[in-house]
Amino acid sequence: MQVDDALIAKLSRLSMLDFNEAEKEEIKADLVKMIGFVDKLKELDTSGIDPLLHMSGNNNMLREDEVKNMLTQEEALRNAPLHDSQFFKVPKVIKKPD
Amino acid sequence: MINYQSIEEYHDRIKSGQTSCKQAVQSCLFLIEQFKELNAFIEVFAEEAIERALFLDSQEVKGKLHGVVIGIKDNICYKDHKVSAASRILEGFTSLYSATAVERLLAEGAIIIGRQNCDEFGMGSTNENSAYGPTLHPDDHSRVPGGSSGGSAVAVKKGMCMVSLGSDTGGSVRLPADYCGIVGLKPGYGTVSRHGLIAYGSSFDQIGILANNVADVAIVLDVISGPDDFDSTALPAKPTNTQQSDKEEKFRIAYFPEWINHPSIDPEISVQIRKYIEKLEAMGQEVKPVSFDLTEYIVPTYYILTTAEASSNLSRYDGIRYGKSAGETEDLASFYRSNRAHGFGKEVKRRIMLGTFVLSSGYYDAYYTKAQQVRQQLYQQTRLIFNDFDFIIAPNAPTIAPLLGEKNKDPLAMYMGDIFTVFANLTGIPAISLPVFKHSSNLPFGLQVAAGGQNEVSLLRFTHQLMQQ
Repeated sequence: MQVDDALIAKLSRLSMLDFNEAEKEEIKADLVKMIGFVDKLKELDTSGIDPLLHMSGNNNMLREDEVKNMLTQEEALRNAPLHDSQFFKVPKVIKKPD
Repeated sequence: MINYQSIEEYHDRIKSGQTSCKQAVQSCLFLIEQFKELNAFIEVFAEEAIERALFLDSQEVKGKLHGVVIGIKDNICYKDHKVSAASRILEGFTSLYSATAVERLLAEGAIIIGRQNCDEFGMGSTNENSAYGPTLHPDDHSRVPGGSSGGSAVAVKKGMCMVSLGSDTGGSVRLPADYCGIVGLKPGYGTVSRHGLIAYGSSFDQIGILANNVADVAIVLDVISGPDDFDSTALPAKPTNTQQSDKEEKFRIAYFPEWINHPSIDPEISVQIRKYIEKLEAMGQEVKPVSFDLTEYIVPTYYILTTAEASSNLSRYDGIRYGKSAGETEDLASFYRSNRAHGFGKEVKRRIMLGTFVLSSGYYDAYYTKAQQVRQQLYQQTRLIFNDFDFIIAPNAPTIAPLLGEKNKDPLAMYMGDIFTVFANLTGIPAISLPVFKHSSNLPFGLQVAAGGQNEVSLLRFTHQLMQQ
């Protein structure tokens, strides 16, 4: 498995993380080790085995759709670093072309 | 000092007027202050704990956990209190609701004394990955207490609280219990609601109990377990009859020679467990070796699946609805990236990156699906073992508590320390760490006992019996 700058760039974009140059080298070395480590599973023949998707045998646990444990707008905004009295605030998403 | 022994004994003393909830809280607060340098608590709710104790002392009707002083790991929500998962990204976050487990504790008269230090988001085995600094081992300050529920174990060991709630995704309750010399239970998957537990690996996470003895664990489990409208993976029935019987019972017990003779294990741990097996046989228990040839695949399977789940679970930390904002940026994507880059610690980022890799297009089947298939094999093999046996006994860890910094340099060395505990999380079975051994270095270590399915009742009954020997 080739762990190169392109892979690190792709994974950090997908996971919304930023690394500086020194950190990039470090995470690259870590990923080489970690991927090498989990590659161990390739030794096992698992053909025909159903992947285990759920830990509990009880699927589709349903309940009545009652309104409870609701948050007020004030509560929902309480932990936001940037907000006004009604909305979460974020940087501009769509910019006018210069 | 109230010299706490057990919930039962404490309740007897309250009934006879020898002590009070207020005295108990004061005693815990005194010890928290005395052992402050161990860094077990991130925040202590001192004043409100005293107030609650006074209120409880005035009550006629007493709950099952009346006046029991409980600490909670800093990844379990308690309404109107801060919770951070020991991460910078949740600095200043105040919980808007309580975890179901916490609500149930409070309904039975418990007193929550504070939130305890842990590895960031539960990711670590030494408690060194905390934004608030490491927790120290209670007996040797140059060593780690184990993680990730390290603060929770140290607090119980030193009498700063009577019981702690921790969480166990791959051994995070059992490992610190082992290193610190107390009892730590990871219930079976679905036994305790995860509502209000900050998610790491949702198909692995389980709230666990750290206590001085098995009887206390049983009482607390009885209170916090059971179905919950807010967690569809919580099982529809609670384990019933968690009372211990004093009758000696005979069981069929398995052990894995591949584990006890593992190349990574401290020979002294291996010898003491073998001696323990002989002791069990002498007691008339049927103990047999069972081969477990998937041993070397357990940890890689665990790390593929938990990092995948973590990369997904931790995507919610965007610094917008909550969490830390690193300040102004050009656009939305760099805003997310900057918040997350500043908020998460190194180990958390490492795991998010590996998890993103195993889930990414082109690698998904080779890693993620493959690991789910191996998990199926582990699950099926374990079921077969429990057709023939009541319990599996095993070590918790290959070594005693490591020195600070010893394991944290190399992530793989750290991951391999989880080899004997992640098995129970991969297969969803309950497992407990019992403080039965002493190493020549004078540090404690434990014995792990696991049971099949949702057999917490028989597991607690059997381990209570073992601790009476």
